[in-house]
Amino acid sequence: MSPESKTDWQPSASFEVLQFRARLLQGIRAFFAEQDVLEVETPVLSRATITDPHLQSFSTQYLSDRLYLQTSPEFFMKRLLASGSGDIFQLCRVFRDDELGRYHNPEFSMLEWYRLGMDHHLLMDDMEALLNYLSGKLGVPISGQIPRRLSYQQAFVEALDIDPLAASAGELKAVAQQRGIEIPVGMDELDRDMWLDWLMTQGVAPSFVKQGFTFVFDYPASQAALARVSEDDPRVAHRFELFWGELELANGFYELTDAEEQRSRFEQENQQRIERGMEPVTIDEYMLTALGAGLPDCSGVAIGVDRLLMVLLSKTLISEVLAFSFQRS
Amino acid sequence: MASYSTNEFRGGLKLLLDGDPYNIIENELVKPGKGQAFNRVKLRNLKTGRVIERTFKSGESAEAADVMDVDMEFSYNDGEFWYFMDPNTYEQVGAGEAAMTDAAKWLKGQELCTVTLWNGEPLLVSPPNFVELTVTETDPGLKGDTAQGGTKPATLESGAVVKVPLFIEQGEVLKVDTRSGEYVSRVKD
Repeated sequence: MSPESKTDWQPSASFEVLQFRARLLQGIRAFFAEQDVLEVETPVLSRATITDPHLQSFSTQYLSDRLYLQTSPEFFMKRLLASGSGDIFQLCRVFRDDELGRYHNPEFSMLEWYRLGMDHHLLMDDMEALLNYLSGKLGVPISGQIPRRLSYQQAFVEALDIDPLAASAGELKAVAQQRGIEIPVGMDELDRDMWLDWLMTQGVAPSFVKQGFTFVFDYPASQAALARVSEDDPRVAHRFELFWGELELANGFYELTDAEEQRSRFEQENQQRIERGMEPVTIDEYMLTALGAGLPDCSGVAIGVDRLLMVLLSKTLISEVLAFSFQRS
Repeated sequence: MASYSTNEFRGGLKLLLDGDPYNIIENELVKPGKGQAFNRVKLRNLKTGRVIERTFKSGESAEAADVMDVDMEFSYNDGEFWYFMDPNTYEQVGAGEAAMTDAAKWLKGQELCTVTLWNGEPLLVSPPNFVELTVTETDPGLKGDTAQGGTKPATLESGAVVKVPLFIEQGEVLKVDTRSGEYVSRVKD
């Protein structure tokens, strides 16, 4: 890539932002130190990676061995938890291919942490405590109002008057048409989850309070990822997300501990990859063995540090909070 | 037929949508952390100039528009079309008023223009950045007033009217910037 201008060798963020960024990282470490949550570092390179067909891992080689750059430190952290680490957190770089835009950089900073004995609601409390702590520590008044918490179902009912757990793909499409939401070129008309993702970003999230946090919890079981399915309502999984306005900041799970269930989800996702003409990836057998050995009852969450900085500093481009954005890398 | 996948979308790429050629102005990723990605694209219709937005599921393809920029020499105007010739192939094309926009008023003949062709038909003609034209009409010049400010209108041989300094005389050759429509300097033989 040739430099676009003569100043492109310089940082894409101002020094005020970089100083604030350093203070934010110090604040995060201080919060967890006070609560006896252990900071850990785990490998960026792994022989296995996430099967999720919506996430593209970069890969490289060690001699002739293929290695993936991690899209999140989740699998390694779960191996620590299963080995008896207790509460842990990590601040690290994660990598996602083909994600570049106003709110996306192919490598970004993630804060991920796990708390034993907490379900997803208690972990949301913990997140609120962290956000309040950082707000006070950094002198940024972000927590004037208490974050709203609503279920995925409630969010759809309020914004679009439709039940996302019951509606068919055709009904979801009809809602998009009624509300004047554009139908993307190439939409898989029969794919319920694709419609739900599209309506979430176009119709539901835009209805959230603009200058405030919103938690959405209990996603459809078809979008469980690594969360456990609810015992009371098998239509939903105990997954949650945090938004600022309509910007997605964090994703968390009341963690699935059943190794067999996890293996079947991985295999199903690899199958979806093949159906979409993508390469299947190596399933993480170490992580599955760790679940089999016993993952303690816990919840975990990952928050994009760069996006949190954008929110705290009212920036509109991720490049404005990165020392060097991808375009200048 | 050539096509581009969404991960090749970037500013300046030319796409064919609903039979019309478009130029990508902006491409934005819409992607939940866990879920389907989409590309929201802002495009300009190269025929009408109208800007539209269209969203594609990521991984989809769109047909490429056969649009290219060719340097061509202005030959003549027959009252309806302005004719341009490719100096390498001697091929000739005729551009109508819609493709000429403002270009016509800067052209007297032989200027090398950038002609944007779509399937071989002119979509847009861009004049050279600088042209040299003779003043055909202006108020008499003020002798010695070379340092003072102040301007007056001058009509050029191609028909354009530009603001010029007060010392400019009829019959002088001027260099003009066609992008701003501003006088640059006198051209001395």
